[in-house]
Amino acid sequence: MKAKDLLGLRGEELAAGYLESLGMLVVERNWRCTEGEIDIVALDGDALVIAEVKTRRSLDYGHPFEAVGTAKLARLHRLGAAWCRDRELRMPLRRVDVIAVVDDGGGDPLVEHLKGVG
Amino acid sequence: MALGRTYSVALVGLNGYIVEVEADIGQTLPAFVILGLPDASLNEAKERIRSAAKNSGIPLSRRKITANLIPASLPKRGSGFDLAVTMAVLRAANDIKPTERTVFIAELGLDGRLRPVRGILPAVMAAVQAGYSDVVVAQANLAEASLVPGASVRGYRTLARLALDFGADPQELVLDFEPDDEPGHGEPGPGTTGVPDMADVSGQGDARRALEVAAAGAHHLLLTGPPGAGKTMLAERLPGLLPDLADHEAMEVTAIHSLCGLPSAAVQLLRRPPFENPHHSATAAAIIGGGSGLPRPGAASRAHRGVLFLDEAPEYERSVLDALRQPLESGELVIHRSAGTAAYPARFQLVLAANPCPCGKASGKGLDCTCTPMMRRRYAARMSGPLLDRVDIQLQVERVSLADFGQGGAEEDTAAVARRVEDARRRQAERLRTFGLETNSQVPGRILRGPLRLPAAATRILDHSLERGALTARGYDRVLRLAWTLADLSQRDSPDPNDIGQALGLRQAASAAA
Repeated sequence: MKAKDLLGLRGEELAAGYLESLGMLVVERNWRCTEGEIDIVALDGDALVIAEVKTRRSLDYGHPFEAVGTAKLARLHRLGAAWCRDRELRMPLRRVDVIAVVDDGGGDPLVEHLKGVG
Repeated sequence: MALGRTYSVALVGLNGYIVEVEADIGQTLPAFVILGLPDASLNEAKERIRSAAKNSGIPLSRRKITANLIPASLPKRGSGFDLAVTMAVLRAANDIKPTERTVFIAELGLDGRLRPVRGILPAVMAAVQAGYSDVVVAQANLAEASLVPGASVRGYRTLARLALDFGADPQELVLDFEPDDEPGHGEPGPGTTGVPDMADVSGQGDARRALEVAAAGAHHLLLTGPPGAGKTMLAERLPGLLPDLADHEAMEVTAIHSLCGLPSAAVQLLRRPPFENPHHSATAAAIIGGGSGLPRPGAASRAHRGVLFLDEAPEYERSVLDALRQPLESGELVIHRSAGTAAYPARFQLVLAANPCPCGKASGKGLDCTCTPMMRRRYAARMSGPLLDRVDIQLQVERVSLADFGQGGAEEDTAAVARRVEDARRRQAERLRTFGLETNSQVPGRILRGPLRLPAAATRILDHSLERGALTARGYDRVLRLAWTLADLSQRDSPDPNDIGQALGLRQAASAAA
């Protein structure tokens, strides 16, 4: 496994733990379909949360949040709908969250969370 | 609190309006939005601001930044808002203290330096008038901004230094960056370059006299004559004869030139009357002002309180010449464009130069002239009657004779003539103060023939001309104005018959030609 994938995996692990610490229920991780992948699917009360996790070692190449553009945001919304179809669920309360993890390898990684973007 | 508030100034023509800049940091994905009718250069500010802040050690928030420029309906243009937006955003992120009523006007470089912007003088004037006397500008604009009375101006070289003074954390700031001074890339402005001297003009006694009279009474002037007679040479020497500008005049002139020029460090109050010499291919927009979006001042406004010289006047588009009639009347140009209306002052002294005919040889006996009478007439008709009506002195200039040309250095120099002009200006200003006027050229006919009426003995020769039909009623008034100037120059309290005879001579030439 490449280093960047390991880093991403570690970030997603951290993010999942973080969401659970907020009282959410992580339903599924790394769900894939033809359109793409959802990093984390979670339930926050009645609401379905489609979470995208971005992990970086440093801020040298920009903040992780900056890597989530309008196209990716639109795809996440479509993926949310696709997940519901796949599971034959009706989830009227659905939102997309973005979680940024900055992990320079030493010390505590920094986790930031934006709720309901786009 | 995630809201920052600062102030800047938007210029519409020479009028400035205080603009309130609000910045808000929202908890969503990173973005930078500027609201309030920004133009392209203001929208580019986002990238300048991000880089400048990062390179100054105070990176902007990684969230959605919304900057709102109020009033939202006023179109805003240019890079002068960079600093105000930056300070508002830094305040919103709590990186600096509140800036209260400080006005920020400067452009940012990517490295965090503050760059000068044009129009700083009218902008600071507007800020002070609106009650915002604390102004922060780029160091290179400091001298110009400080010209405004009542303004307390601070100049900074870098964003980091400025942020430090507003309480940013010195640990994070990049303070060791000291940019070099801006190279002065604006023209030095009128008056600073050497004005040619009257001593260079050989002979041409009549023309020298006409120039002196024009300068003394601020009369508009038309010089007609063959190529090589020295029309251009004479006209270029007129600004040197005019007295220095008074304080308020100098501020007006400097404000216009501040708006036109490139942002430049070389600014002082322009004390000398400007001289504008546009080419005859100029369009109406170039002369009276215009351009897309918000109109910019043209040559007529740049010549405000100075001389507008139109060489080869008949070669101009007729519409361009006629466009000058409005400023000649009102001393102001109001220009309408899509983005708004701008009013620029344009109280200039008009000097026209023209050849007698298209081939230029129809002077004296005109034996060499190859033009047909029709061509000559068309040529003369290109300067419309209503325009020439406003030109008090219309003089025929002949080629200098060999006798005059031989003896160089015997002529009076500019300083000597300028002293007489200044004295004459003082005399007329004292006399006309009760009417609220300054120069003889402004005196309307009802005052000339009313409170300033001359005895019948003095005006006999004029009355006679009027009776014969050789002079119109308007022409009558103009001769009177010139006669007053001549009297002022010879330090008499009122014109005598001799002055009136001379005045008649100063405009006879053109009436013979027309």
